[in-house]
Amino acid sequence: METLEHIIAEHPFFAGLESYYTNLLTGCAANVRFDAGTYIFKEGEEANEFYLIRTGKVALEIFAPQRKPIMLSTLGEGEILGWSWLLPPYRWKLHAHAVQPVRAIALDGKCLRTKCEQNHDLGYEMLKRFAHIMEERLEATRLQLLDVYAVG
Amino acid sequence: MTMATTATTDPMLPQPYSVRQVLKETADTFTLTLESSNGSGRSAFRPGQFSMLWVFGVGELPISISGHPAQNDRLVYTVRSVGQATHALVSREVGDGVGVRGPFGTGWPVEKARGGDVLVIAGGIGLAPLRPVIYEVLHNRDKYGRLVILYGARSPRDLLYRKELTSWARHRDTQVLVTVDYGGLSWRGHVGVVTTLFKYARLQPARSVAMACGPEIMMRFVARDLETHGFARENIFLSMERNMKCAVGFCGHCQYGPHFICKDGPIFPYDRMRPLLEKYEL
Amino acid sequence: MATQARSVLTLQQLEKLIPALRGRGYQVIGPTVRDAAIVYDVVESLSDLPVGWTDEQEAGHYRLRRRHDEALLGYVVGPQSWKKYLHPAEVRLLSAERSGQTFRILNNEPAPPRRAFLGVRACELAAIAVQDRVLQGDRYRDPIYAVRREGIFIVAVNCTQAAPTCFCTSMGTGPRVREGYDLALTELVGPGKHEFVIEVGSEAGAEVLAELSPSTASEATCQETEAAVERAASQIQRRMDTTGIRDLLYNNFDHPRWDNVAQRCLTCANCTMVCPTCFCTTVEDVSDVTGTHAERWRKWDSCFSQNFSYIHGGSVRSSAKSRYRQWMTHKLASWIDQFGSSGCVGCGRCITWCPVGIDITEEVRAIRESPASSSPVSSKERSHGNP
Repeated sequence: METLEHIIAEHPFFAGLESYYTNLLTGCAANVRFDAGTYIFKEGEEANEFYLIRTGKVALEIFAPQRKPIMLSTLGEGEILGWSWLLPPYRWKLHAHAVQPVRAIALDGKCLRTKCEQNHDLGYEMLKRFAHIMEERLEATRLQLLDVYAVG
Repeated sequence: MTMATTATTDPMLPQPYSVRQVLKETADTFTLTLESSNGSGRSAFRPGQFSMLWVFGVGELPISISGHPAQNDRLVYTVRSVGQATHALVSREVGDGVGVRGPFGTGWPVEKARGGDVLVIAGGIGLAPLRPVIYEVLHNRDKYGRLVILYGARSPRDLLYRKELTSWARHRDTQVLVTVDYGGLSWRGHVGVVTTLFKYARLQPARSVAMACGPEIMMRFVARDLETHGFARENIFLSMERNMKCAVGFCGHCQYGPHFICKDGPIFPYDRMRPLLEKYEL
Repeated sequence: MATQARSVLTLQQLEKLIPALRGRGYQVIGPTVRDAAIVYDVVESLSDLPVGWTDEQEAGHYRLRRRHDEALLGYVVGPQSWKKYLHPAEVRLLSAERSGQTFRILNNEPAPPRRAFLGVRACELAAIAVQDRVLQGDRYRDPIYAVRREGIFIVAVNCTQAAPTCFCTSMGTGPRVREGYDLALTELVGPGKHEFVIEVGSEAGAEVLAELSPSTASEATCQETEAAVERAASQIQRRMDTTGIRDLLYNNFDHPRWDNVAQRCLTCANCTMVCPTCFCTTVEDVSDVTGTHAERWRKWDSCFSQNFSYIHGGSVRSSAKSRYRQWMTHKLASWIDQFGSSGCVGCGRCITWCPVGIDITEEVRAIRESPASSSPVSSKERSHGNP
């Protein structure tokens, strides 16, 4: 059976981190489950955690008046969900909707935030990794925005 | 005195074909099956090749062949109606005549891909020129390693070949992942651009050949991401598109840098395309 | 296989050339004056030629002027080239009839007449060879070109004068004709003299020449001929340095000179129409009102036209800059990769007939002399202090 420590240490997102830090992270981690149809977090709520998705699918959504929720993109197995815990105002910008049953590892972002302020080396390591995810998502969003399959 | 020519002496002479079937794939996309009207048409082709289809009195279009390469008694095309000529083509009915010239162009590197894994990446109508590759690999399954099909479309309603996508996924060592840019209400699959599917592809880049077809911007993003994921530039292939009037290297319209897309392409390795793709208004 | 022995024909003897060709079934095409220019058309006798006329050419300038003598071939090149006949501006590809759901292609295009070209300059011979390579020497053969090219009888002309717009010497194509002709003429005209020195380039040429009963050219005449052609070469003013020109243009895609020329270029396509090697065409479909008869017509097209590079959604090359760059890069650089030689023969027509006088030799020089900087901000402008 895979331990939390093992999963975190082996995950590509945390690759290259000193074992001291992975231990720290493991200390802030917990296994979580979400039933299909539930919201993992909602726009505006305090962002205190981020998630490492192990199975299932999460849709990032925005609600607009008089419209059903708009699905912007989906995240699946192995992907990281949530970076709003890392940057002020520490509030979620989107809804995260489990469209399939989701098993994930939740990491205590609030706790981690404090540790990053105290230990800038750890802070830099975390920011580097999240910057990479943001860049990937931004690239993908740009391509999505271009609506390349539209006619004319 | 006249100069009567034949198909072998005159590459601009269409062969008469007849529509055998018209299948509606989506609101604006149809698949036509054509058969030679007089037995003189060449219906054999290599995956990735295209024909020039002539609609009497309207115009001629380059359309990729999207059928099974082993079925050389017919030619199949998936056409999206975007203008006058494509509209005329998709409005053909069973029994109507269509002029066919070709097949033209280089094909996908299905021989080079043997013995390794095959990654097919399609965007929108780009799945049509790649379908013959999928047929080829599944028809000769033992000659290839893993087959991964990544397909992105605008929305669920724009997905082509839905039933086949499901049946392809059932083959051994075959992975089919589909995503859409806009999910809509009842879509439970991936939402996002096709590059977001790369991380799920189960294959070994070092022994894989990637073949991508879709809008040019999409292919640029795809090729760049494939390189990041360990693909060598010479193992990534793109299907390029430009205006074509003749398909035989005479009209000059399809030039892309020094290449004639009609006869040097339409399929090119990324190492040759990369310096050209960066050039605006080439 | 040009023999070194040269013959001489008097003007009276030359008069029999056109009838001799016509007698062998050729339709003779030659230079003639029309609409204040020297163009190519059917000629029936030497009097149809531009006797006593010359052309005055510079960038964006063409005028006919009277000569002081009665030379038949005392001009350089006009707006037309032999592609008018070999690669016609408009030609029907096919006609078809529809009945019910099916159609029948009639495939009965009339065969063109066998032609003799009279007055083909060295640069023009080179241009014909260039088009031979494009339209007959690659993966596909164009039967329209092939049937017009086959059996052509060529009477070439050595130039004895050059226009300011000529630069054949830079392109290695002239002024002396070297091969690819049946007969070559050099016209020697002076006080009390008007004769034509002939070189034979083929058996067909020898056979026609024999009918004209030429005399052998004397040593003095041969020397005079050499001197006349040398004079033409010495009159050449423009130069194009073609050293490494392919990489020069490939590597300067973003050179500011393209913006400069774009401000002048009208994208009028004159250059592509007069250029003897430009070959781009388009195909148009026409049908009658009842929709039962349809035709496909092939017509000259130009990469300068707005829709040349149109694919769904728009044209790839929509700016004038990109279109001028495409033409020049194709002509001087990509052509080498595609067909093994330059596409330019140095005839200078594009310079003469450009309404704003864009000079292709000048554009190459400008790019060569100021290599593009690698960043859009020159080092002089970069500062580290307060703005």
